[in-house]
Amino acid sequence: MENSNQSISKRNYATQPKANYPDYRSTVLRHQKHELVVLPQSIADMTSPVFGHMSLGDKDHDLIINYAPTGKSAIGERISVFGKVLDESGRPVSNALIEVWQANAGGRYRHKNDSYLAPLDPNFGGCGRCLTDSDGNYSFRTIKPGPYPWPNGGNDWRPAHIHFSIFGQAFAQRLITQMYFEGDPHVEICPIVQSIGDARAIEQLVARLDMAQSVPMDLRAYRFDIVLRGPNATMFENN
Amino acid sequence: MDMDSLDIRRTRPAKSNLITPLRETASQTAGPYVHIGCLPNSVGVKGIYSNDLISNRLLADAPITISGKVFEGEGIVCRDMMLEFWQADERGSYDNGIWQRTSTNLETGLFSIKTQMPGKISTAEGCVLAPFISVWITARGLNLGILTRIYFPEHENVITQDPHMALVPESRRSTLLAQPLDGGYRFDIHLQGAAETVFFDV
Ligand SMILES: [Fe+2]
Repeated sequence: MENSNQSISKRNYATQPKANYPDYRSTVLRHQKHELVVLPQSIADMTSPVFGHMSLGDKDHDLIINYAPTGKSAIGERISVFGKVLDESGRPVSNALIEVWQANAGGRYRHKNDSYLAPLDPNFGGCGRCLTDSDGNYSFRTIKPGPYPWPNGGNDWRPAHIHFSIFGQAFAQRLITQMYFEGDPHVEICPIVQSIGDARAIEQLVARLDMAQSVPMDLRAYRFDIVLRGPNATMFENN
Repeated sequence: MDMDSLDIRRTRPAKSNLITPLRETASQTAGPYVHIGCLPNSVGVKGIYSNDLISNRLLADAPITISGKVFEGEGIVCRDMMLEFWQADERGSYDNGIWQRTSTNLETGLFSIKTQMPGKISTAEGCVLAPFISVWITARGLNLGILTRIYFPEHENVITQDPHMALVPESRRSTLLAQPLDGGYRFDIHLQGAAETVFFDV
């Protein structure tokens, strides 16, 4: 069983985004006005569905081709994204399911609620998934998504980003986040990013160009490591 | 000044984006297009996955239905939420825990799942927890996923003794109770407002 069955360290809210952040307008009517009720962790929080057994399709991790007819590929800058999933104690999280989704190279999502001017790419669907290996490593191939404007009451543009959903070994580790790209000037003016008040926590969401994993005459690689909540240190010792 | 040779620069690995001591990666909103990543077939992104990932195992028998809507402040129905459910099986075991994922309908805002009634849980400390289903919700406007629980009114005797429910202010406990409706249950979630649902920090 891959479930940890071990209690998880408390979440540090200082390095998480604020639930109420009026510069990101949608939080105004959706944040909780009551304090969260603190509960002791139970087996419900220390276990998780695990998907390590899932047989993924051979193209699930390749957004460049997973929606395109054979022989075709998506328009855009070809990249790979790779990294490790660790917990806060530095242990690799193996067999973790990572699901990603993103806009196309022009900043348009294949979604009926997205009506941005940029056209759909007939060869790009926008989602992919992969599992971490026994050392916590994952990778997928895609095209670099475009920045896009969004309705937030002003001239707001999202930095280029890839959405990530990650399952750990405990439901308390469940995480959805976004990955940004090194050097993007939109990161520091985006209200969604800046809802995280901690500059170092923001830095941790920025993937770095990695020439070692880049493939000559093919694609460039970005490294993005991810940390899930760690085991509770005192519980760990008592075990 | 950079003294590396051209060959070294051409093949330079990236430094990790992580900072030490390691701390949890910050959450970001799932945004309005979460379906593309998590339930792509449901919004017409077909052919990448043969089926959407909506459960961790097939349930031979799923006798109960739970449906509901999610409301934001000012009573507006949210039609872009993703919900995940994690619960014990009928015997109260998480070895065969049941996980399901769905979204609120893009037009009506209604969500609905079929499942089994979870069993009571006995904790290591010798307590008994009333049957419940954990619900984790993400969407546009939620910077961090939020966690609540569904309890069932027919377990009232256990609920009144439940050590977790005892931590919830009495006046708000009813927000965690599913309401019997048409042979199933109704569970509405209020993100904000007079009937704001209880959300947990575990
Ligand atoms: Fe996005």
